[in-house]
Amino acid sequence: MSLAVEVPWGLILALKTLVVLAVIPLGALILGYVFLLKMMSHMQSRLGPMDPGGYHGWFQLIGDGIKFLQKEDVMPDGADRRVFAMAPLVVVMSTFLVFAVIPAGPRLVVAELDVGIFYALAVSSLSVVGILMAGWASANKFALLGGLRAAGQLIAYELPLILGVVGVVIQAGTLDLQGIVLAQRDGEIFGWGGIGNPFILTQIVGFALFLVAAQAELTQTPFDMPVAESELVSGYMVEYTGFRFLFFFIGEFGTAFAFAALASTLFLGGWAIPGVDGTAADVLGPVVLLIKVMAVSFLIFWVRFTYPRLREDQLQAMAWKVLIPIALANIVVTGVLKVAF
Amino acid sequence: MVAQNVAFWVLAVVMVAAAIGVVRSRNVVHAALYLVVVLAGVAAQFILLAAEFVAWVQVLIYIGAVVILFLFGIMLTRAPMGSDTPLDNDQRLPAALAALALGVLLVAAVVDAFRGVEIDIAGRSGPTPTSEIARSIFRTFVVPFELVSVLLLAALIGAIVLARRD
Repeated sequence: MSLAVEVPWGLILALKTLVVLAVIPLGALILGYVFLLKMMSHMQSRLGPMDPGGYHGWFQLIGDGIKFLQKEDVMPDGADRRVFAMAPLVVVMSTFLVFAVIPAGPRLVVAELDVGIFYALAVSSLSVVGILMAGWASANKFALLGGLRAAGQLIAYELPLILGVVGVVIQAGTLDLQGIVLAQRDGEIFGWGGIGNPFILTQIVGFALFLVAAQAELTQTPFDMPVAESELVSGYMVEYTGFRFLFFFIGEFGTAFAFAALASTLFLGGWAIPGVDGTAADVLGPVVLLIKVMAVSFLIFWVRFTYPRLREDQLQAMAWKVLIPIALANIVVTGVLKVAF
Repeated sequence: MVAQNVAFWVLAVVMVAAAIGVVRSRNVVHAALYLVVVLAGVAAQFILLAAEFVAWVQVLIYIGAVVILFLFGIMLTRAPMGSDTPLDNDQRLPAALAALALGVLLVAAVVDAFRGVEIDIAGRSGPTPTSEIARSIFRTFVVPFELVSVLLLAALIGAIVLARRD
C-alpha cells in the first residue's frame, strides 16, 4: 500500500526530524514521571513527589520543568566557556542519533540502515565525549573526577554491550534492526510459530549481558560512581544549572528510553505482533513497542532504586573478568549451534 | 553527482580547518576535541563513498575509543585550563618537510592504485551491503585478516607485560 499523494522528500525529512525531536523529550518525561517520581516514591516512601497538584502529585514534573527554566544560567569563573556550553549538546545529540534506526512498525522507521544495530551502538558511544568535555571544562576537581570515572566505566562496559548483541546478530543473520524484528516474528519454536521466536528465549545470556551493560552505560545505580552524589556531589554535572542541567537530564532518561527500545527490539520481538500485518501493524506496532519499552525500563529502574553502589575496582573487575568472558563464550556457543542446526 | 561533490568540498573545508585547529591549538584538550571533528569528517566522507559500515567503524573506534583514551590520558596526567602551556617546539621546518613528503607519497600511491578505476555509485541502489564486506574479509582476505589479529594480540600482550610491575 502506498500513500495517495506524492510527498516531496524534503517534507518527509522534516517530518522524520520532527518525530525524533518530539519522541526523545517525551520518552524522557514519561520515564521520569512514571519511574523516577512515582515508582521510586512508592518504593522508598517519599512523600514530596506525591503531593503537588492534588491527585497523586501529577503536577510535580511540570513544576520541575518550570523551576529548571527560570534558574540562573551559572558558568564557573575558570570554566572553558565554549566547551562547557557544548558538552550537554553533545550528550543529547548522541541520544537523538540512536533513535533514527529503531523501527516502530513495518514502515515506521526514520532510517532503515543496513548496519542498524552497529550504528546505534556507535553513536551511543559518542556521549562519553560530551561527559569528558563537561567534566574538564567545569574547572572543578569533583567534576573532573566524575568525568574520568565516567570515561573508564563507559569504555569498559561498551565491550559487553556490543558482544552481548553479537549472539542476536548471528542468529538473525543481519545487523538491520528491521531484519532482526522480522527474523523473530517469522521464527519458530520447535516448529510452532504462534508467538514467533523472541531471541530472549535463545539469547537469555545476551539479554542479561545487555541489560547489565546498559545499566552501566546509563550510569544508573549500582553503577553510578561518575555521579555519586554522596562522594562526588554528582560528578561531571556538578557545575551545571538550569536548562543546561535539563539537557543532561533529558540525555540520561532519553538514553534509558533508547536502550530499553533497543533491548525490546533485539530480544523481545520489537513491534511485531504475530498474525497482524500491513497498516494494522503500523498502527499497533508503536503501542506494542512502547509496552515492551516500559517493561524493560521498569527492570532498569527497579534495579536502580534497589541496589547500593559498587566500588570502583569491583566495577572494573565485573566488566573485564565476568561479563566479557561470558559474552565471548556466548558468541562461541551461538556460532557453533548456528552452524550445527 | 553534483550533490556529492558539493558535500565533499564542504566536508573537506571543515576537516582541513579542524585539522589546522589540532596543530595550532595551544591547549591539548582543545586539540583532541578538534581531532573529533576531523575524524567525524572522515566518517562522513566514507558515507559519501557509500561505505556505510566503514563509516560507523570509524565513529565507534576512533571517536568512541581512541579520542576518549587521548582525553582520558590527558586529564589523568595533567588537565591544563587556559592556554599558557607551551606546546610548540622549534621543529617547524622538519615538520613541514615530513608533512609534505607524506602528502606527496599518499597522493601518489592512491592515484597510482586507482588510476582509471571508477566506483559506480550512481549505479548502486544503496550503500555497500555489510554481508559483502564480511565475505571479502572472511573469505577473500582471511589470511591477512588473521595475521593482523595475531599482530594486535602480540601488541596487547606486550602492553600488559610492560605495564605490570611484579
